[in-house]
Amino acid sequence: MALFSKQNKEVFTNPLNLDHPILGQVLGICSALAVTSQLKPAIVMGLAVTVITAFSNTIISIIRNTIPNRIRIVVQLVVVAALVTIVSQILKAFAYDVSVQLSVYVGLIITNCILMGRLEAFAMQNKPWPSFLDGVGNGLGYAMILVIVGAVRELLGRGTLLGFQIIPDACYDFGYVNNGMMTMPAMALILVGCVIWVHRAYFYKEK
Amino acid sequence: MKLNTNSNAYIIIYSAVLVVIVAFLLAFVYQALKPMQDANVALDIKKQILYSLNIRDLDGAEAEAKYAEVVKDTMDFGGQKILMAEINDEPIMIFEMKGMGLWGGISGYMSAHFDMETMNLKVYGAYFNHEGETAGLGAEIKDSQEWQEKFIGKRIIKEGADGKEKVALSVVKKVEDPETQVDCVTGATLTSNGVDEMIKRTFGIWTGEYDFAVDESELTMVLLKACLSGNDSISDAELEKMLKVRKVKEEE
Repeated sequence: MALFSKQNKEVFTNPLNLDHPILGQVLGICSALAVTSQLKPAIVMGLAVTVITAFSNTIISIIRNTIPNRIRIVVQLVVVAALVTIVSQILKAFAYDVSVQLSVYVGLIITNCILMGRLEAFAMQNKPWPSFLDGVGNGLGYAMILVIVGAVRELLGRGTLLGFQIIPDACYDFGYVNNGMMTMPAMALILVGCVIWVHRAYFYKEK
Repeated sequence: MKLNTNSNAYIIIYSAVLVVIVAFLLAFVYQALKPMQDANVALDIKKQILYSLNIRDLDGAEAEAKYAEVVKDTMDFGGQKILMAEINDEPIMIFEMKGMGLWGGISGYMSAHFDMETMNLKVYGAYFNHEGETAGLGAEIKDSQEWQEKFIGKRIIKEGADGKEKVALSVVKKVEDPETQVDCVTGATLTSNGVDEMIKRTFGIWTGEYDFAVDESELTMVLLKACLSGNDSISDAELEKMLKVRKVKEEE
């Protein structure tokens, strides 16, 4: 089987559109709301989840035939927890500010429903390579929403993107005010709702 | 031969092997990254101390250099850490604070100086940190620079109605005495109470309201001397007046 056969391509692209983890499967909402008040933590969180879904999918897929059925959830959890701990340690060593900002949410990746959902639904039945693609696809789909919501919230809430001022001082002189509501978690919920609405209305086709 | 992956023996051996492998892996990663993490944490503490001196927006090496320039000395009084700093030739003391918020520990640094006109101990700047307070509510003690700046210029110690010195600096719901009181964070009463308690306990070392294994009058002497060393313009008489104001009995 070729590395990028039609089947494998679907495995990779489906989560980006039809089977989108947040928009289609409505998984992983909780952390999507929490870390999107600014763009930078949203990007880091998206990358962290992508790396973890990809590798946990691959590892579980490699050992899927040896896993005793009765303790499969425990095994999945151990693998995911180990990966999350490693990622969180690496963040602490190389991006301390971001790890402080993400605080508990890095640890909470363990409980991110996307991970367990993909492990149970995909990695347990499929070969390592498609599982890896599935993990990357789902992770990127998740990261995409985080980046969209994070960018909107930071732009409207603080007038900046990645910490750089975007809205010119002249606008503030004319009485423009940053929308403080945007920095509140509740607005993330509303924005995710809007994104789901746009997605369903224009891109989503019933199978 | 096909293994029976559902036999009890297999499950026990499988989980044991898996856990041992993961444990070794994590221990290795932790050991390998520890020096870098420690350096980050140390730098973060220095930044927090600089924040409490109203020096913000410094990164990495800049913060390191500024810290080395400003902070002169570190002292330990029975577990209470006090740092000596100097900004524009003015001596400033930085008190390390530790307390409890609503969901976990809170900490902070408060810098204080003597107002040379009234000889009152006043807040120079403050910075608070937390482990797990709610964003937008309790976390405001760390995130809101505006709130931290409310502390600047407040009197820390004042005589109570009974004539005894008390830690007057407090975080309250309704400010009655703007000289010493700071409005609490809206919606975060318990975290604010934690900050209040933390301040009381830290400066209680001075007034003797809380039990410490230190003689507070001796502490005051040491601090004052450290503060005023190199400052020749203050005579012994003035120093004595200061000590009187601080209600330190020299016989003790």
